[in-house]
Amino acid sequence: MTTARIIGSLLGVVFTVLGVWGGQRLIEQRTPGLVWKTLTVLLLIAASAVGILVPVPPLPIVNESIRNLFFHVPMWFSMITVLLVSVWYSILYLRAPSTRLDVLAHESVKTGIVLGLLGLATGSMWARFTWGAWWTPDPRLNGAAVAMLIYGAYLVLRGSFRDEQQRARVSAIYNIFAFAAAIPLLFVLPRLSGPSLHPGQTGNPGFSQYDLDNTMRMVFYPAVIGWILFAFWLTQVSSRFAFLKLQHDEN
Amino acid sequence: MRPETELHPVPLLREISTLLAKDFRLEWRQRAALGGLLLYVGSTVFVCFLSFSLRGGTPPPPAWNALLWVILLFAAINAVAKGFMQESPGQRLYYYTLVRPQAIILAKMLYNALLLAVVALLGLFLYTVFLGNPIQDAPLFVANLLLGAVGFATTLTLVSGIAAKAGGNSATLMAVLGFPLMVPMLLLLIKVSKNALDGLDWSVSQSAVLTLVALNMIVAATSYVLFPFLWRG
Repeated sequence: MTTARIIGSLLGVVFTVLGVWGGQRLIEQRTPGLVWKTLTVLLLIAASAVGILVPVPPLPIVNESIRNLFFHVPMWFSMITVLLVSVWYSILYLRAPSTRLDVLAHESVKTGIVLGLLGLATGSMWARFTWGAWWTPDPRLNGAAVAMLIYGAYLVLRGSFRDEQQRARVSAIYNIFAFAAAIPLLFVLPRLSGPSLHPGQTGNPGFSQYDLDNTMRMVFYPAVIGWILFAFWLTQVSSRFAFLKLQHDEN
Repeated sequence: MRPETELHPVPLLREISTLLAKDFRLEWRQRAALGGLLLYVGSTVFVCFLSFSLRGGTPPPPAWNALLWVILLFAAINAVAKGFMQESPGQRLYYYTLVRPQAIILAKMLYNALLLAVVALLGLFLYTVFLGNPIQDAPLFVANLLLGAVGFATTLTLVSGIAAKAGGNSATLMAVLGFPLMVPMLLLLIKVSKNALDGLDWSVSQSAVLTLVALNMIVAATSYVLFPFLWRG
């Protein structure tokens, strides 16, 4: 059991590092990147279609609504990945300042916010049908709200500078500081704070490993990859647009 | 290795203690700011007392707890906000030529921690006088309060530096930037303080207290690394 857990966390770390490294490559790619974009479209369509049609194990409380696993959880995974990419861009910016890195960090954060809002929306709808309320004061939900507030504050901070270099440097500092101070806690706090209604917590059936039967895994992992690739694609498009606007303003 | 260390033959601790002494002296000379802060806490507590006395008597313990932390949170924002903002750009440039940025952030954090500890203890005293004292485990409660003061100081010091850079309405900006960062810390603090109010065994609060200490260390270390970049502008 413990060795399996250690291997699992090591795999998680490797997957995250690869995700950040690969994400940067994909976001800054200059070629059209037809292969991975086709793969993204196929994965998202397939995971959504199969996710709705595939038979799922009938578990108490969640029952058919467990299908939200194929939508809600991948969105949070891709949000965290793209925010990590953004932090990495901010670190690079502080080491060697350039407008390019600032734009990339900013656009990654914006993608992260979009995915976070999607995650909140899917979670909220699921909660309405499963718990009977749109929002409950659950540690997980509080954490998600705090993450959104932090990145909202990041946007407000960016808006309050006139000088571009100053804005880039200070917002990079806030981005790193906020990620280091709050995001790890959003993972730690729910585990510390005892009983929770959220699936996978304190005996509630849901997304923990032993509940995922093999068919669900076959849909869940492709969905995660698809949504992460989608986040990179979105960031690529929006940062290209931002670069074009910059060029246009200069000329 | 780094050119900065050769420029500064004075050890870091000496710089920190000098800066700390400077901050205390400045505070003592401008007593109006300190008096304003204490009056702020005092009048907030009094307003709470008045609003609860309408309903007759003291608030129930959970409300007592929540209100105390809200008062301390706002007092902390006000106390820390003036740290970097009252310094003029010329003053900053002068410090920059004299000391390492690491010394400045560490001294500021230490100073804010001491200031907030004093404010928190005084606030607690006034609060218990006016709104009653339902605390069952006073040592744990006070220790948690001091831990909270240190935590507020470490988080808000860098945030106040960031907000001061933006200029303009930096007090609002500081609240916007600081509050979400402090929510996880506040949740832990309020939980431990509720345990202390109910007189629960220390083992119940152990993991939360350890997380708080670890969080303080993470935040202080991140500020230490990031502040030189902020300072350079």
